[in-house]
Amino acid sequence: MTAPALEFRDLHLTYRTADGPIPAVRGVSLALPAGASLGIAGESGSGKSTLASTVLRLQPRSATVTGQVLVDGEDVLGMTFKRLRALRWAQASIVFQGALHGLNPIQRVGDQVAEPIALHEPSIGTDDVHRRVGELFEQVGLPPARAAAYPHQLSGGQRQRVMIAMALACRPRIIVADEPTTALDVMVQAQVLRVLTDLVAELGLTLVLISHDLSVLADTCQRAAVMYAGRVVEEGPSTAVFERGAHPYSRALAAAFPRVGDPRFRYAPAGLPGDPPFPGEVGEGCPFAPRCPHSRPDCTSGEVQLAAVGPGREAACRYPLLDDDEGLR
Amino acid sequence: MGPGARYALRSVASGLGTLLFVVVFNFFLFRMLPGDPIGLYTRGRNVPPEQIEALRAELDRPLLEQFVTYLANPFASTINSARYNQPVWTLIGDRVWATLLLVGTAIVLASILGTWIGIRAGWRRGERFDRVSTGVTLTLYSMPEFWLGMILLITFGVGVGFVPGVFPIGGIITPGVDPTSLAGVLDVMWHMVLPVTTLMVVYLAEYALVMRASLIDELGEDYLTVARAKGLMDKVVRRRHAVPNALLPTVTLILLNLGFVVSGAITVETVFSWPGLGLLSYDALRGPDIALLQAIFLLFSIGVIVANIIADLLYAVLDPRVRA
Repeated sequence: MTAPALEFRDLHLTYRTADGPIPAVRGVSLALPAGASLGIAGESGSGKSTLASTVLRLQPRSATVTGQVLVDGEDVLGMTFKRLRALRWAQASIVFQGALHGLNPIQRVGDQVAEPIALHEPSIGTDDVHRRVGELFEQVGLPPARAAAYPHQLSGGQRQRVMIAMALACRPRIIVADEPTTALDVMVQAQVLRVLTDLVAELGLTLVLISHDLSVLADTCQRAAVMYAGRVVEEGPSTAVFERGAHPYSRALAAAFPRVGDPRFRYAPAGLPGDPPFPGEVGEGCPFAPRCPHSRPDCTSGEVQLAAVGPGREAACRYPLLDDDEGLR
Repeated sequence: MGPGARYALRSVASGLGTLLFVVVFNFFLFRMLPGDPIGLYTRGRNVPPEQIEALRAELDRPLLEQFVTYLANPFASTINSARYNQPVWTLIGDRVWATLLLVGTAIVLASILGTWIGIRAGWRRGERFDRVSTGVTLTLYSMPEFWLGMILLITFGVGVGFVPGVFPIGGIITPGVDPTSLAGVLDVMWHMVLPVTTLMVVYLAEYALVMRASLIDELGEDYLTVARAKGLMDKVVRRRHAVPNALLPTVTLILLNLGFVVSGAITVETVFSWPGLGLLSYDALRGPDIALLQAIFLLFSIGVIVANIIADLLYAVLDPRVRA
């Protein structure tokens, strides 16, 4: 078996703040073979965006990180800054959330897409860079003439397409999409997601798609990981995680996004009482236990590790739900 | 007409509107001053009675009539200074170059140095350069120009203890030196050192603080994270992405603040006996020499209005969002 394209090994990340250390990621191990797609789901604050930022070592300098992030077998966290700069965008790139702020407001979008090409492939002439930018714009469904526009002249969906074009500019093999459709309206969300997933399939890229919407992940990714309080609480084939989650939290997350026509969602989208724990205040045992409808007394003690719950499936739950359990209330 | 031209026209038109207001306001402002301006001037001076009569006759005309004459041409060469008995615009024309030289040099140096310090401090916020430079610039910013000018004048012009007073204590050139010769040019530069330093230091501090603050505002922006993710070096991220965005408020502020630079010129020119418009307006104010004050105020206002228009237009060049 070849080395995975992207691998996290026991990754811990703690932000140092005025209120003391805040652990955002607490021991994540995930591996992704080349060409595979992994969806990461979780509520705000579950650590999924922080995890994404470590792929290119973009975490703030105030964060302490242990563990390894391997891109094509190379540890991103330990490499020299020079090597890191060469790896960034050329081997892996990120489609950031919030397209409005991801683009420099006073530069033409075409120039911003061209910038990494000129940086990583200096031998390419200006004309060829322009041609490639035009091709990229066409690939994401924008007229190449829009390259001359400034960000404020584009709609939210168009800006996000520019971000996708920019991520593909240096033909990386790995794309991390961090909530690429958040802040877009629903129709545009579907379009942008379609553009992204079609291109990933066409180019055979390795994709990490981060979203709070499990149904999106189920539609676009082969595998899905659910994060809660800085940990992966379940990982497996995305349809299984979405439709028959073994961890009660996966079921709650899936139930929060009802599907039209599915009789189980007839009455109302199920919510989840309470809030996720504050990252600095995660206690012993299963972090989800205080909100879990199925929790038992021993759930709040000891360590709850990921354990196999089926072929290619793992969940961090002492009492995983079986496929035919009715997880929805 | 494109949106850019329409924008330019709009800011020029609004500048002209302001100018008209200033002309009207200026005229009535000085006529509301209490006292007898002619008497104040001529007291203790040997002024021919005909001249006093002429000055009084001018001010005794009905206010509206005076206003119409003034409004017809505020730049007329017939407007005479009571104090100097010369056309006001001739006086101003003689003095304006000294001020432009002083203020221009100080502003150019202050903008370059100030933004450089602000960028260095803001980009590495909280590190040593930032802590030291912010402390120093805050101190300098709090100093009144005239006070700083006097301290420099006493220390380096007169000499204190073992510090010899090497710089001239006033004026623009040593009497008798030909200003067109090389020696004259060097002599003027030598005379400029202290007044330019005084003005520059105060504005440099302000520009550094503003540049630092606007750069810090940009630090958390997502497009900088994207720029880093692309693999750009830190200094390229700063130069190509952060600084151009942070410059927008700074450039506007530098231009809009030109009005306050004028007031600085008044105090610094007075401290250093610099024969420019600042010293002229100080003398005119002591009069008060109404015609001269009116003309100087008009000129300063035009300067500020033009700076505003330039700021508007420059902002549109620098920021594509403004042009829309």
